[in-house]
Amino acid sequence: MNPAELIYTKDHEWSKIEGATARVGLTAYAQEHLGDIVFVDLPPVGKEVKQGELLLVVESVKAASDVYAPLSGKVLEVNEALASNPEKINQDAFGEGWVVVLEIADPGEAANLLSAADYDTLLASQR
Amino acid sequence: MRYFPLTPDDRAEMLGALGLSSTEELFADIPAAIRIQQPFSIPALSEPEVVERLERLAAKNLNAKSTPSFLGGGIYRHYVPAAIKHLLMRAEFYTAYTPYQAEVSQGTLQAVFEYQTMICLLTGMDVSNASMYDGATAVAEAALMARSITGRKRVLAAGSLHPQYRATLRTYLHLQGLELVEIPWDEQGKLDLSQVQAEEAACLIVQSPNFFGLVEEMAAAGQWIHAAGGIFVHAFAEAASLGLLPPSASFDADIACGEGQSLGMPPSYGGPGLGIFAAKEKYVRRMPGRLIGEALDADGQRAFTMVLATREQHIRREKATSNICSNQALCALNALIYLSLLGEEGFRQVAEQCYHKAHYLADRLQSVAGLKPTFAAPFFNEVAFTIPGSPQALNAFLQKHGILGGIALGRDFPGLKSSWLVAATEMNSKEQIDALVARVAQWRGGLA
Amino acid sequence: MERRVGVTELIFEMSRRGCTGCSLTSLDVPQAGIDFPTRAGIGLPTLSEPEVVRHFTVLSRKNFALDIGFYPLGSCTMKYNPKVNEDMAALPGFAQLHPYQPDSTAQGALELLWELDRALCQITGMDRFTLQPAAGAHGELAGLFLIARYFQEKGEKRDIVLVPDSAHGTNPASAALAGCQVVVVRSDSRGGVDLEDLQAKLSDRVMALMLTNPNTLGLFDENILTIAELVHAAGGLLYYDGANLEGTCGYARPGDMGFDVVHVNLHKTFSTPHGGGGPGSGPVGVKQMLESFLPVPVVNKKADGAFTLDWERPQTIGMMRSFLGNFLVAVKAYTYILSLGGTGLRQMTADAVLNANYLLSLVKGTYELPYDRICKHEFVLSTHQFGQWGLKVTDVAKRLLDKGFHAPTIAFPLIVDGALMVEPTETESKSALESFAQALLEIEEEARTHPELLKEAPRNTPVRRIDDVAANRSPVLRWK
Repeated sequence: MNPAELIYTKDHEWSKIEGATARVGLTAYAQEHLGDIVFVDLPPVGKEVKQGELLLVVESVKAASDVYAPLSGKVLEVNEALASNPEKINQDAFGEGWVVVLEIADPGEAANLLSAADYDTLLASQR
Repeated sequence: MRYFPLTPDDRAEMLGALGLSSTEELFADIPAAIRIQQPFSIPALSEPEVVERLERLAAKNLNAKSTPSFLGGGIYRHYVPAAIKHLLMRAEFYTAYTPYQAEVSQGTLQAVFEYQTMICLLTGMDVSNASMYDGATAVAEAALMARSITGRKRVLAAGSLHPQYRATLRTYLHLQGLELVEIPWDEQGKLDLSQVQAEEAACLIVQSPNFFGLVEEMAAAGQWIHAAGGIFVHAFAEAASLGLLPPSASFDADIACGEGQSLGMPPSYGGPGLGIFAAKEKYVRRMPGRLIGEALDADGQRAFTMVLATREQHIRREKATSNICSNQALCALNALIYLSLLGEEGFRQVAEQCYHKAHYLADRLQSVAGLKPTFAAPFFNEVAFTIPGSPQALNAFLQKHGILGGIALGRDFPGLKSSWLVAATEMNSKEQIDALVARVAQWRGGLA
Repeated sequence: MERRVGVTELIFEMSRRGCTGCSLTSLDVPQAGIDFPTRAGIGLPTLSEPEVVRHFTVLSRKNFALDIGFYPLGSCTMKYNPKVNEDMAALPGFAQLHPYQPDSTAQGALELLWELDRALCQITGMDRFTLQPAAGAHGELAGLFLIARYFQEKGEKRDIVLVPDSAHGTNPASAALAGCQVVVVRSDSRGGVDLEDLQAKLSDRVMALMLTNPNTLGLFDENILTIAELVHAAGGLLYYDGANLEGTCGYARPGDMGFDVVHVNLHKTFSTPHGGGGPGSGPVGVKQMLESFLPVPVVNKKADGAFTLDWERPQTIGMMRSFLGNFLVAVKAYTYILSLGGTGLRQMTADAVLNANYLLSLVKGTYELPYDRICKHEFVLSTHQFGQWGLKVTDVAKRLLDKGFHAPTIAFPLIVDGALMVEPTETESKSALESFAQALLEIEEEARTHPELLKEAPRNTPVRRIDDVAANRSPVLRWK
């Protein structure tokens, strides 16, 4: 199921807090819903975002999905491997399919996000 | 009516199956206030009558098939090989729809892939789309794409870009909050960048050969706009020029766009045409229009399909790179067949003949007293002459003698009221050119 | 339908040096020195004429087309393309005309455009048409530019366009190109515009509501007069997307419904061929108050009966494209209108709507029908039930290809799950409809009993199902 050490948004992004930074990706549910991912429009390193703002776009053959920043911060790193292998998001959403690493602007914001248990509940109600 | 297969018996049976007694009941949900009771008063004609009416209308037009013509200005009369129409008129091509179901559209899809390749060969660019409506809208979309790439709002365009392309640009840019700056030409007729700043420009659009037929210094223009971080757009209105002039990629154009009517289509009173649009690989996801890509089917066989559709309106809706849906597919096929028949040698020969014919025309016109080229710069197949007297009057005189002359530039270029733009292609014989010159001399001699 | 015939070489792969397919008259004037740098080789293929002809003939045989079989794409109006239309467009008196010819030498062409304008006005209830837009989407854009100009002249700042949730993608895309924000209006349970939601979203910033009626569900919105009143009361204008004109032509006119600006699709309602994706034509009609904004040039008829092109129109929005539009397409549509006349145009819609309702009656017991009402020229089914067998609407579509039909429009409109949008048109016979219905029923049974037939479809087509995912991951867009 959804890893317990991560926190989640209702838009199906996960965050892994690693001290002052957060590693961000899409959940298994998100990638299943999107289908085979063909392109990830990664944001530039240094881009600053607020919680809930558009962070990047993920494309399957028939759809383009907006992915929102789970936390406010600055993009420190992007997963370059996704440029040639976007399918990593489908294959290993919580691991090698990570998308960006953010420098967290406001640690308090993490409290707005969902625990794994809450996220599981959300998914159950959606199905 | 011969296009409607349903018989009265069919209709009765079908209505019966639906539990209805009349067709009118199918339209009962239309409010009575607006429901039409009578057919429109447009008479229905039999096929012979229709043909007669259309032929009568066609006969009221003077056409270049019967009248020698030296008109250019973005539409050119080149020879159209006979095989083209036979292929285009195959019902499998022209009665097919957009290739959304790729497995039953491989004819269209492979043809468009081949067309895209042809355009890349002609322009030297990395990627071409499946076509746009015409040269004018292709240029307008190029400006919008440049804005999307750079985030900037100033669009610089040569004043010698086709007047109707500039008009279309203005119309498209107006509601986008983009500014169009037109750049003057020097006394040679070439782009004069000395009077304008490149700062904050989204792009520089230069047509070469320009509307006056002149070949521009593209490499210098490209360096100029690139130094300021803008996009370099090569526009063209006479695709035949690509057979002789250096290709867009050779002067580092980011986008090459223009009119492809010259590639095997008749003048058609201006439409349908063929909007050509090509760009550097790195900009492919910003491109408007359909893109066809190579693929494999479930058996591992090569096939073709629409790709990168997430840029397009049917998926991205208001975030699409453009709103374009229909393109000019049959015209793109037309161009592809034309280029396939002409091939490397033929296409080059057409371009060379255009060059030589136009230069012969220019030399002979210069022998007429009082006529001289308006501009000194090198030209391809079109050249402007300053004439003593009114170009309109000259054209009227020529028309009386069964010749369609040149374009009077005064209407679109107020400072060029005495200039007359003539074009020549491989279709203008020496006899036609000599006849034109003789009439011009006759008209000139008639001037006091 | 051509069975699987193997890969056809690309024209470039067939090229051999020393070949040509062209024939030019030799140069009859002296060669001039070329006074600018020229290009090196282009790399175009070289083939003989028979090889080129065979290549494209073979390619054509890999296409399904309307002249081959049933092509019920919703909102596309795939009707028979009359051959006389093609002949008329090919007349040298039309095809060889140059747009820079003096108006006096193109009187027949200008008369045709004038007459087509008149006819379209009569058909749609509008006051004036421009034939310049090259396609439906282009017409939408022109229409929005016209509306924006109208409000600019009035001094009103309006920058929001309302579109229904069932709208075709070109509607919001056009609105964005017109510099407007798009706000979506919900559909109600009958499939029409939800009046309450519309009322809530109308404001003095709304420029227009874009609608097609019948809508993309094939349903006529009976509230149209109320909708028009609401929009006009809020100071906005009503835009008609003419893609579905086939559904009411001769029975109701958008101008009478309250629309202020319309576009029509000559390549849909008016029978001009689709050509594998164009060229189309999207003329735009307006009510009188917008006439002065029409793009230039405008065709005028003088008192003496002569036709001219009027370029001096100070309030024009400018040009949507070069020259007059897709003129040869207009010739075909004009030929068609003359061939049908008023009685034919009405019969066209009557038969189209009867065909759609009849076909619907044959399948609605088996397929889910989200809105059970009399439809107009098209209807939308849901393939939701196929989910239980692990199948999607794409699988249904691909199996239809195996049975020799072109699939309907799939997955649109977005408000229906697994939508199948079916539009038979009036040029299909009763038995063609019954064959298609039979195929749909068979497919539903196959889905229940042998779903792999759908999953592995198509098998009877020139290529099997294409791997879109790989094609999109590393796009190859040209031969090298």
